[in-house]
Order: sequence, then structure tokens, then C-alpha cells
Amino acid sequence: MLGRLSLSAIPLDVPILVGTFLGVAIVGLAVLGLITYYGKWGYLWKEWFTSVDHKRLAVMYIILALVALFRGFADAIMMRTQLALAYAGNPGYLPPHHYDQIFSAHGTIMIFFLAMAFMTGLFNFVVPLQIGARDVAFPFLNNLSFWMTAIAFILVNVSLFIGEFSQCGWLAYPPLSEAQFSPGVGVDYYIWAIQLSGVGTLLTGVNFFVTIVKMRAPGMTWMKMPVFTWTAFCSSILIMVSFPVLTVAVALLGLDRYFGMHFFTNDGGGNQMMYLNLIWAWGHPEVYILVIPAFGVFSEVVPAFSQKPLFGYGTMVYATCAIMVLSFLVWVHHFFTMGAGPDVNAFFGIATMVISIPTGVKLFNWMFTMYKGRIQYHACMYWAVGFMVTFTIGGMTGVMMAIPGADFVLHNSLFLIAHFHNVIIGGVYFGYVCGMNFWFPKVMGFKLNESWGKRAFWFWFVGFYFAFVPLYVVGFQGMTRRLNHYDNPAWHPWLLIAEVGAVLILFGIVCQLMQLFVSIRDRNLAENRDFTGDPWNGRTLEWSTSSPPPVYNFAIVPHVHELDAYMHDKENGVDTRCAGGQYEAIHMPKNTAAGFLVGAFSLILGFAAIWYIWWLAAIGLIGVIGTVIARSANKDIDFYIPAEEVARIENEHTRKLMAQAAE
Amino acid sequence: MKNKLLARVARLGGLSSALLLAGCELDVLDPKGPVGEGVKSLILTSTVAMLIVVVPTIILSLVFAWQYRQSNTSAEYLPKWCHSNKIELVIWGVPTLIIIFLAVITYQTCHSLDPYKPLEAEANTKPLHVEVVALDWKWLFIYPEQGIATVNQLAIPVNTPVDFVITSDSVMNSFFIPRLGSMIYAMAGMQTQLHLLASEPGDYLGESANYSGRGFSDMKFRTLAVSGDEFNAWVDKVKSSSEQLDSQTYPKLAAPSEANPVEYFAHVEPGMFNTIVAKYNNGMIMDKTTGQMVQVQSAMSDMNMKE
Repeated sequence: MLGRLSLSAIPLDVPILVGTFLGVAIVGLAVLGLITYYGKWGYLWKEWFTSVDHKRLAVMYIILALVALFRGFADAIMMRTQLALAYAGNPGYLPPHHYDQIFSAHGTIMIFFLAMAFMTGLFNFVVPLQIGARDVAFPFLNNLSFWMTAIAFILVNVSLFIGEFSQCGWLAYPPLSEAQFSPGVGVDYYIWAIQLSGVGTLLTGVNFFVTIVKMRAPGMTWMKMPVFTWTAFCSSILIMVSFPVLTVAVALLGLDRYFGMHFFTNDGGGNQMMYLNLIWAWGHPEVYILVIPAFGVFSEVVPAFSQKPLFGYGTMVYATCAIMVLSFLVWVHHFFTMGAGPDVNAFFGIATMVISIPTGVKLFNWMFTMYKGRIQYHACMYWAVGFMVTFTIGGMTGVMMAIPGADFVLHNSLFLIAHFHNVIIGGVYFGYVCGMNFWFPKVMGFKLNESWGKRAFWFWFVGFYFAFVPLYVVGFQGMTRRLNHYDNPAWHPWLLIAEVGAVLILFGIVCQLMQLFVSIRDRNLAENRDFTGDPWNGRTLEWSTSSPPPVYNFAIVPHVHELDAYMHDKENGVDTRCAGGQYEAIHMPKNTAAGFLVGAFSLILGFAAIWYIWWLAAIGLIGVIGTVIARSANKDIDFYIPAEEVARIENEHTRKLMAQAAE
Repeated sequence: MKNKLLARVARLGGLSSALLLAGCELDVLDPKGPVGEGVKSLILTSTVAMLIVVVPTIILSLVFAWQYRQSNTSAEYLPKWCHSNKIELVIWGVPTLIIIFLAVITYQTCHSLDPYKPLEAEANTKPLHVEVVALDWKWLFIYPEQGIATVNQLAIPVNTPVDFVITSDSVMNSFFIPRLGSMIYAMAGMQTQLHLLASEPGDYLGESANYSGRGFSDMKFRTLAVSGDEFNAWVDKVKSSSEQLDSQTYPKLAAPSEANPVEYFAHVEPGMFNTIVAKYNNGMIMDKTTGQMVQVQSAMSDMNMKE
């Protein structure tokens, strides 16, 4: 009846997990209780869970990303603490069974649920506004994408308390991840979480690709498109091309595990090398999917605060596209040590270093954007300058590892770990946080607190160097990744320093929370409020609407004449909003519960399939298909906002603008 | 005044970090063999080449970020300036030149440091053959010429090329001796090759560099690089063991074990390594000289004939 599931699957013997469960349960019940007490369930359901508004979905994505950050960071600091302790005969406090799950979950969560969710949140918020559109091309799919990502993250966290998570690393290399060597449910949790969130991500890629191709405001030709939108476009193409490869690779692994097939097994004609090729044919584009939008954020932030246009817009676009194409030609650099011939290795090594040319050009472009500017040091600029310094170092160590000869001693060492955290924290994370600080007033109508933002930056920045420079050193000392304990005295002091770094980063996260708390508390102070919609003297269309923007974004779709359309309008006295113009009724999509329901049934399907509860899996699958059919047959999916209502909202905003101007 | 102070701080910082690094031994940058030496010089050359771009980039970012701060109203402000062909030429050109240089040395070293390439030895030195099997979670070393095998201890004579053939009888691992240089994966049903040489006697750490499950952290071995005489004495010591490795005793050894102690086997059934590889390929094994798949029986008889 319950398949493989029994009471023994609940890890009552692991005090850390029992404690975590109690903590999560208490906080969870408190949150649910508060929502019930204030009677907010209806509001949440109507205005948020079923919303197809890209701005609402953006907020939900970023909240999901922050929750994933806490989970992923808790894993990280537990690992660092284990390695600070587990030295010279001391087993530490995490036995391999638990520790191996933690590093697997850390990587999976940070990439799929922190970075991807944060990125999608930024896409959702910024792209439609930047191109002068009223929503994305497929608003319902957007909602569905969010729920698929969210339930996959729930599934990963369920594995904490029911059963176990994968112990095979974040990419689950076979044959270790095959049923022969990992008979438990851990890898199945991994497979279902990846597959379900993969559906969401793929739909996001399709959605933004179509949105950017089809829904740009009149006059916005390709070379008048803001750089962030360009990066979202390249990133969406990469998603569409690479995520199906991930889905296939993981599906084949699933077939091996569920039906005893032999794609990647040791015997029966299976070939593990095929899995490595497939997973990295997705995995390498994936890191560019993440980092290219971060480049886009800096390309918006640095000009805004340097108070001058981006240096070399054209080069920036070409460099981004070059990176997009090249990212498909380098996947073998993840396994130079697999025994390919010298010519194969040389090709992929050189292709990898070629990517550093357009990437370097981007860095120089941001530098020359600052050159002869008037730089205002808001928290955003701290993250941007911190990024330029840190990412340059990460790029250099990346090129080192791209040389096969050097990789032969650095592969899988802690040098590698230091390298990719250097680019993922110093590039992706700094970029996304920078973007959050930049666009927050647009989302909420008030600014984020500057002091706490700067404190968060300094803790993250200094903490990063404390946490990862030691890993470069122990990498040179021959320390490999994923060790649970060690007895080499030379490694120990460095791992203690790395622990200090992890604690500093913890303070950084606390400061980010404080920043949110203080900003929300002080949201009504005059200096924090933003009535203009344009707190930074922005250059692109998103700053031309009110903050937060009305549900339809633009009452009258703007006409674009130049790059940096809004700046052009401001300089030439053009009213981008056409205030007081002739408004028309606006066609909008209706909210729908279908995305939430497909997500909920998928969660049931995934959980049941992990535990071999086939009747429940059938219910989940029928639920998914039934909801999709019902949604497809539903013709009542749109409505019109009457022209009078649009006029009321717009006049209200104009009134506020004039009041602020009069002050 | 201020600049002098800054310079002093910078010097102090540089000095202390150099001291810190000098205080610790960096195994892969202090190699004990020619392969490691090659890798080391490659790492150093490429790092210096990249620092030509990286250092100015970091310094210029900081200088611009400071120089053009809003409060510095004496700095020039060009609110419209956003293009310069000269600068574009430099920012595309300089990185391209450096990457061309790196590409050339990458191509060269891919060939010179190819793990499959036999090492040149002094005259009259015959390479030592060692067959390596990654097991859960220990390393088995078979010396076919000596007819012995060991677990978690590898002895090699100094200044003698060692030809490793590597496989796994479990999941994927990576065979790595940081002091000697390159690593290579160990995969079931496949044979990878690695050529190393120790030029100094010593006791070097060996490890798996690819996570392989529960017992991975203790999957370590010692590499004893010794003189020729000491090596022969070591072989005799192994031969005096009472243990044998054959189709009867092997399954017991191959069963998963953690933190396995060093073991010696006085005698190994000939063809053991090929049998381990062939069991994943329907009894076939690839002949490394011809690239053809052959039945392991004939491969074994070939080997017997040569002996």
C-alpha cells in the first residue's frame, strides 16, 4: 500500500534532523497561524498563488530563492564546520551518510533553487517592463513554471524528514547513482526534483524567448534593446537548448534505476562516460545561463550610478552572444582526466579560454563606463565593484583549469571548488543581489536601506575571501573535494580560516535580512518612498512607470526612438507615459488556479514515484493531465480593464508626481 | 605622505602573504618527478601570462571607482562619452594576444603532458608495469612482472618510469599522487593509462580524486619511492606474505570495506587485471596495441607466451 515507505524512513535517530524538523514545524505553524489569524488566506490565494502577473510571480520567485539560500547556506556552514573539526582521528559530528547528503543537497539547492529562481525572478520583474510590454507572452505558463520550481524545492526538503537525499554529489554521476550502488530513495528524490523543476525552467526559457522576440515596444529594434534584456534573451536560448539535454540524461538514469535498463551501468553495455558528456552538455551552458543575466544587471547598474551611458553597447551585445555560442563548445573541460586524446583535450581547453576574451571585454566595458563618470555609491555600486575585482580572479583561475595539463593536478581538488564559488558567488550572487537592490524600489515603491545593504556587502565580500582563498591553497596541497575527514596537518589551519569565512558570510546574510526588515519598517519615511517611479534617474523604460507599476505596466505602450529610451525621452522632454492621453480598455489575462493544481499534483506524483506508491502516483498523473485538459478547454481566461479605470489609476499617479515635483 | 603609507601597507601585505605561503608546502607546486615539474611550470607560466591582464584590470577598476566618485568634483565628467575605437581595439586585442599565447602552450603541453605518453628513461632502465584497480574503498596494485599485489601501498623505484594501467571494479574513481603529477579516472570495464616517474625518494600521499561513496575519505594509499635495491627488498617482503590473490580470494577483497589496512599478496593469478576489466565486456578486452577487442582467454595466453 505504501510502497517502500515505512516508519523507519523517518530519521528519528539523527538529532540534527529532529531538531531541524521541530524548528521548521514551529516556524511553519507560526506563519500559517498568523495568516489564519489575520484572515489573509483568501488574499494570498487570489492575489498571489493564482496570479499570472509577472511582477507578482517575480516576488514569489525571489522569496523562494531566499528560502533556498537559507537552506543551502545551512548546508554550507555545516560542511565547513565538519571539516574544521574532523581532523587527525576526530570523526567530526557528521557521519559520511549525513555529510554526503549535505554536499549533494547544497549544490543542487544553490544552483536549481537559489540561482535559477533568483534569476527567473529578475527576468520576470524586469524584462516585460524594460521592453514596454504589459506581461510575458504566456502568463499562465509563467505561473505554472513558478509552481513547478516551488514544488521541486519542497520535494528536496521533504527528503530531510522522510527518507534521505542523494549521496552522489549535485550531478549524481553513475555508476555510483545507479541502483546497484545507491539502492535508497536519495537519488530518486534528486531525479524527481530535477525533472519537475526542469519543466518549469524550460517553460520559462520558452516564455521569455517569445516575449522578447514578439512583444518589444514599437521602435525597439534589436540594437535598441537594453542589455539586461539581451542577456535574458541569450540566457533563454541557452535554457531552451540545454535543459532538454539535462531532462534526457536524468530520465535515462531514471530508466536505469526504475526499470533495470543499462544506459549508464557498469555492465550490460552501459557507459558512464555518456552520462558525463550529456550532463555537462547541459551543465556548462547552465553556468552561463546563470552568469550572463548577472552581466546584464551590471550593465544596467554601472551606467545608472556612473551617470553616463554604458561604454561599448555594441561590443557588449556581441560579447554576450559570443559567450552564448561558445558555451556549447567547452563541456569536455569538466573531464579532461577521463583519458581523451591530447588533440580532443587541446580543442576543448582552447575553446574554453577563448570565452575569457568576450568576458574580459565586458569587464573593461564596465570599467570604462565608470571612467569619466560621476559615480554615486549606493549599495548597488559596492556589489558591482566588488564583483569586478572578485570575478577577475575567478576568471583567471578558470583559465588555469582550462589548460588540460594544469587540470590534471587541479581537477576535483578544492582549488576547483574555490574557482567555481569565486565565479558563482563573486559573479552570479553579487550580480543578483545588486539587481535586487537596484530594482527593489520599482517592485515595492520604497528603497532598500543603504547602511544595512553596505554592511551585507562588506561581510559577503570579506567573508568570501576568507572562505575560499584557503581552499585555493589546500587545492594546491592536494586536498580533494567531498572529503568527510582527513589527517593531513597542513590542511587544517586553512580549513579553520575557511570556517571563519563561512561565519562572516553568515553575518552577511543576517545583514541582508536586517536590510529587508529595516526597509519594510521604514517604508513610509519620506526619503525611502518613491513616488516618481524613477529613483535612480534610470535610463530604460521600466523607470517610466509608477513604483510599483500598475497591473498593466503601461497605460499607453511607449514608442522607442533610441537606445536608453527613457533617458532619451527625459532629455528631449518627451512624455513617455503620454499622461492625460486618450486611454483605451486594456486586455489582460485572468488569474488561474491551474498552475497551482498542476504543481500540487506533480508533487504527489513525484513523492509517490520516489516511494513506489503506484496508486498514488496514478492519482497525481491523472490530476496533472486532467488539470491541463480542463485549463485548455477553459475559454474564460481574459478580461478588460475599462478605460475609465485606467484613467483613474494614471491620473492618480500623475497627481503624486506633481505633488512630489512641487515639494 | 598618504601614498607612502599605502605603499608600506601594500608591501607588508604582500610580504606576509608570501610568508604564509612559504610556511606551507604546496604539494602540486613542489613536485618530485618530471610530470609534476612539467605541470608546475605550466601553471606558473600561464599564471604570469594572465596576471599581465588581471592585475591592471583589478587596479584600474579600483582606481576608476575611486577617481570618479561623485564627491571628487575635480575629476573630468563626460556624461555622453560611451565609445572609443582605440579602447575597443586594446580591450579586444590584449586579451586575444594572451589567449593566443596560452593556446599555443596548451596545445604543446596537451601533447607533452599526455598521460598516455610513455616517459623517456635513461638507457638500460626498463619501465615498471603496475596495474591499478579501484575497489570500494581501497586501491589494489598488481605488479604483473613481479607476480605480486598489494592493497593501499604502492612501492616504486626512483628514476624508473612507471607505466600504470588503471581500471575500477566498482564506481568511478580518480588515481592521483599529488607529488608526482597528473591524475586519471579509473572506470569499470575500461583501461586508462598514466605514466609517472619519481625522481626523489620519499613517502608520498596517494588518493582518489573522484568521490566514490561512503568510504571515499579513507581511500588513501602511500607511495613509497625507493632505490632499486630497496624496491627489490620490498618485493621480497611482499613475496614472503602468506596471502595469495586468485579467483577464490579476490571476491573477499573486492567486497566493500572502509579504511582498509595495507595488505600484501605473495602471488597473483596471471591475467587477473584483464579478467577484472573483461567481466564488464562479455569477456572481451581491448588490446591496447591494436585497438581490437579480443577474448580475455587469448589475451591471457598471449601474455603467458611473452613471459
